[in-house]
Amino acid sequence: MTLLTAIGLSDIAFFIFALLIIGCGAVVAFSRNIVHSGFALMGTFAGVAGLYALAFAQFIAAVQIMVYVGGVLVVILFAIMMTREIGRAESSNPAVGRFPAVLLGVVIGAVLVFIALQFPWTINPSTDFDPTVNDLGDALLSRFLIPFEVLSLLLLAVLVGAVMLVKKEIKALPPEEKSS
Amino acid sequence: MKELFFELSQSWQLEPLEMTGAIALWLVVVSAIVLSFVATFAGVTSWVERRVAGRMMSRIGPNRVGPQGFLQWMADGLKCFLKEDVIPNEVDKPLFRFAPYLVFTGTFAAFAALPFGYGIVAADLNIGIFYVTAITALVVIGILMAGWSSNNKWSLLGGVRSAAQIVSYEIPSGLAILSVVVLAGTLNLQAIIAGQGGFPWDWYIFNNPFTLMAFFIFFASILAEGNRTPFDLPEAESELVAGYLTEYSGMRFVFFFFGEWANLWVMSALITTLFLGGWQIPGVADLAGVVAGVQGAAKTLWILLSVVVFFAKTLVLVFVVIWIRWTLPRLRVDQLMVMCWKYFVPFGFLCMMGSALFVLIAQSPLGETVHLVVRLALTGLGGLVLLLFVRRTILNVRELQDPFYFKVLE
Repeated sequence: MTLLTAIGLSDIAFFIFALLIIGCGAVVAFSRNIVHSGFALMGTFAGVAGLYALAFAQFIAAVQIMVYVGGVLVVILFAIMMTREIGRAESSNPAVGRFPAVLLGVVIGAVLVFIALQFPWTINPSTDFDPTVNDLGDALLSRFLIPFEVLSLLLLAVLVGAVMLVKKEIKALPPEEKSS
Repeated sequence: MKELFFELSQSWQLEPLEMTGAIALWLVVVSAIVLSFVATFAGVTSWVERRVAGRMMSRIGPNRVGPQGFLQWMADGLKCFLKEDVIPNEVDKPLFRFAPYLVFTGTFAAFAALPFGYGIVAADLNIGIFYVTAITALVVIGILMAGWSSNNKWSLLGGVRSAAQIVSYEIPSGLAILSVVVLAGTLNLQAIIAGQGGFPWDWYIFNNPFTLMAFFIFFASILAEGNRTPFDLPEAESELVAGYLTEYSGMRFVFFFFGEWANLWVMSALITTLFLGGWQIPGVADLAGVVAGVQGAAKTLWILLSVVVFFAKTLVLVFVVIWIRWTLPRLRVDQLMVMCWKYFVPFGFLCMMGSALFVLIAQSPLGETVHLVVRLALTGLGGLVLLLFVRRTILNVRELQDPFYFKVLE
């Protein structure tokens, strides 16, 4: 992996991915068509996966693609496509007015800038590729076993809840109606 | 491929800036090689599939362009280049234009990590198999995009069906993959092959009863993920005209089919890699050692032999997939979902757990012997089934007495 770091190809790749993330994010935010927004989200997710891959986190990059593009985005698109009147921007993207939008933007921007300035960024001097899968697996099944299991319980609860919500209610008819 | 590049680049003595250019050029060259392979494979397979389909339906199939109609795929490709790319008025134009490329990219990107032989792989990824299953997610989005943007109810239904099907069948196929990963202890495709041997009883398919079950689950799931019959509901012509393809024409239409036939290779290569010993040559226990021990032409020959073995297994599987397509009827939507969620998923979990259990058994004292007996017994069973099948086929053909049937080439 000295291949990428030595010569600035990784810098080029970084800017391409950053552009992809920001460009697609802008489409998500500004598009008048919510379906376009949904599909543009894919570019953002893929770009983030690219950044992970550049940071030598191959496994996280693949998880990003698998979970966000293959799972979350598909569910979002399903939800959008099953909604009526999505062609009209007024019903799909209701505006809340200038003032709340600016306020929200400023607050979130401030938080992000604060974090970016406060975080002790370090540049990883290692240029060797170091597989992360084994370490991740070990950590999940030893040190973080309990959070891991609690998470899986949570997901199970979500699954059961979803089944309960869509389950057809089959009520037995009252006996007098049945006879008539 | 990376190793080859470093070997070459050392002899060139490049400046750092030239090195950047050389690496960029190398990336382009490698992807061009893979792309030409995919294009040729997809093209030739389109002809093979039509000839096989013709034979199975007691007709001839394309046989006019070139010897036995072999050049038909080139004629079709040229024709589609020249055809008008019709884009209906009411479609969502940017999405409609973009969707075919996305579907093709999703399939083509999988080739980056697929092995073709010993040491022959575009990018030997540490997470190989996981990358391949993850990157095909792009196909789902592309199909949804095509279905939605066509502004056509058939297309939309086809797209939504396809997405639901692919997302559902990712789970059993993932579980089946995991039961092999448990045995191999790695996600790297080359390392998974290196963990197997040349003979059937060294393959992961006959490793234990659970991987044998996982093989069938994986085979069916990956057929469903690739929208192949008996799971080709998204393009069910009797219900949906052509599903998400309905509004497409010209080159964009071809891109979808390009992706489909390329996917045929992806699925067959994956099955070969995971279950059928990949490029392991029968009788050669340690190919890595053999290749490291020789130089020059002998080295190339050994690698070439491994490529031949890998291609032979994969092409047989490609034929089996085509054969299944033209033999079985299509499932109904509800049957499809019942099969996935009520049978494949629970049995997939069973495979994974059982396979993990078997790793423990094999490590115990006496485990080695037990494991060998199980492997030989399963291989014997597999051989017996194959033998019975061949016998049945011979009997059937003898009974048929149809001269047309025996003329394979027309």
